[in-house]
Amino acid sequence: MTETTEGRIWRFGDNVDTDQIIPAEYLVTMDNSELARHAFAKVRPGMAEKMMQGDVVVAGRNFGCGSSREHAPRALLGAGVSCVVAESFARIFFRNAINIGLPVIEASVEAAEGETISVNLESGRIVVGSNGKQYQFKSYPAFITMLVKKGGLMPYTKEMLQCRK
Amino acid sequence: MGKTIAEKILSGKSGKDLEAGDITEAEVDYVMVNDVTGPAAFDEFERLCTPLLRDKVVLIPDHYVPNKDVASAKQAKKMRDFAMKHEVTNYFEVGSGGVCHQVMIEQGFAAPGRLIVGADSHTCSYGALGAFSTGIGSTEAATVFARGVLWLKVPDSMRLSVHGDLNPFVMGKDIILTIIGDIGVEGALYRSMEVAGETVSSLSLSDRITIANMGIEAGAKACITPPDKTVEDYLSGRVRGDYGHVLADDDASYVESREYDASEIVPVVAKPHLPSNVAPAGEVGVEIDQAYLGSCTNGRIEDLRAAARIIKGRKVLRGVRMIVVPATNNVLEQAIDEGLVKIFMDAGAFISGPTCGACLGGYMGVLAPGERCVSSTNRNFVGRMGDKDSEVYLANPAVVAASAVAGRIVDPSEVMG
Repeated sequence: MTETTEGRIWRFGDNVDTDQIIPAEYLVTMDNSELARHAFAKVRPGMAEKMMQGDVVVAGRNFGCGSSREHAPRALLGAGVSCVVAESFARIFFRNAINIGLPVIEASVEAAEGETISVNLESGRIVVGSNGKQYQFKSYPAFITMLVKKGGLMPYTKEMLQCRK
Repeated sequence: MGKTIAEKILSGKSGKDLEAGDITEAEVDYVMVNDVTGPAAFDEFERLCTPLLRDKVVLIPDHYVPNKDVASAKQAKKMRDFAMKHEVTNYFEVGSGGVCHQVMIEQGFAAPGRLIVGADSHTCSYGALGAFSTGIGSTEAATVFARGVLWLKVPDSMRLSVHGDLNPFVMGKDIILTIIGDIGVEGALYRSMEVAGETVSSLSLSDRITIANMGIEAGAKACITPPDKTVEDYLSGRVRGDYGHVLADDDASYVESREYDASEIVPVVAKPHLPSNVAPAGEVGVEIDQAYLGSCTNGRIEDLRAAARIIKGRKVLRGVRMIVVPATNNVLEQAIDEGLVKIFMDAGAFISGPTCGACLGGYMGVLAPGERCVSSTNRNFVGRMGDKDSEVYLANPAVVAASAVAGRIVDPSEVMG
């Protein structure tokens, strides 16, 4: 994970559920790029084709509520999303994102679709495009920071198991 | 300071004295995955360098089995192959299982005091038996296959007490929908819900499972009803291994407490597109195309009985289809033995074998644009059961059956008189 991520904003409201992020009929693959082709297929048709590497999803409260499908953060990773910034996250989505290496930031920011946003994970600073508005977010608890630094749960588990590779 | 059920179970499973807010690695009793979440867990597990902890692993295909198409057939095969390769005894093939959470309960995996994780958000269902159980992702399931432990934050707890006698046709579904309507879809976010009070103590285990099952719809990490004799009786002759009851201390600390008067709870529905969008069933009145009875939320024998009681001797209205999906093979068999299947078929309902199927818009009853379904399931999100322009109204089994007869959403008392 790089320290600073900069990208174009896709703006969403409250309670974006995992059925919106990746509808259940597409849960027949674990290929991130294939999942990405169907991201937000029902609620924002055509969005998937327009998403680019580095894009940032900015949302309101309870982002990722609903099912435990890891396909949801994987679809976002596959679509090139570098970071999700939301006022709050549903807990399973939050865990999944951390565990597979998608940065998720709890912060309430004023930002419009298409604006640029820069997020510095180390300093906890967010800068939103045209107006240059700055926000500060709280760092994760120590255990989660450790997981993020190691690149997610798999590298950590391999270390705990003393896997050679 | 006393402890909540969540604090006690996670302390016990960590060998530490923990309180809300602590992050710990806790010993997991069982980890369950299904045919949709399993395949990624299997891939990740094979990248780890250790034998499978097979006694902790439970594999249950249910979402898209019997295979819905070639892609889902490949996923189901992947699970079967993994079970064979690693000699997993706890694998429930089509014909011997059903909807994963009901299988976990029927087969005696869920019990008081246990820590159970599952790669399905409705894993919180086992809170009805006094377990701390919670939904996780596929990658973390893989790491539990390997290490038997998982990192968890000990959640804050909120206490929801229900007192008094329930009205006719009110079920566990109405209690939990009323609570979610009150606290909202993130009202219990990151928290453990303890749902208690004499009304809850008098409920059947089935109704308690419905309540615990939908804790996630309020954002909860776990939703627990205190274990008691009802749970003990159910587990007698069924439970695997030993267990001990874990109850909250009298001076346990809750971040929030709410009281509900059972006499004020009526049969309700959650209108599109959030489970918190709750209104009395009798005030909704919209016409329906489909009535769906099934799922981990309300696909048990008690649910089928409640619906059969309404529909016996009546007919599903012309132009409406009713789909009945018993949660497991055992439920289906019992429904046949009790004559319930005959009652549904005489009424013109379609009966299916167990599957998650249409609950998540998979197959066996998905909706066309503009169609409306009253459903005993758990989510009414946009496009949940089919097209993005279809609508789902969540309700208890009695409301589903009554609405199938009336052709519009009604309170069961309207049909029963």
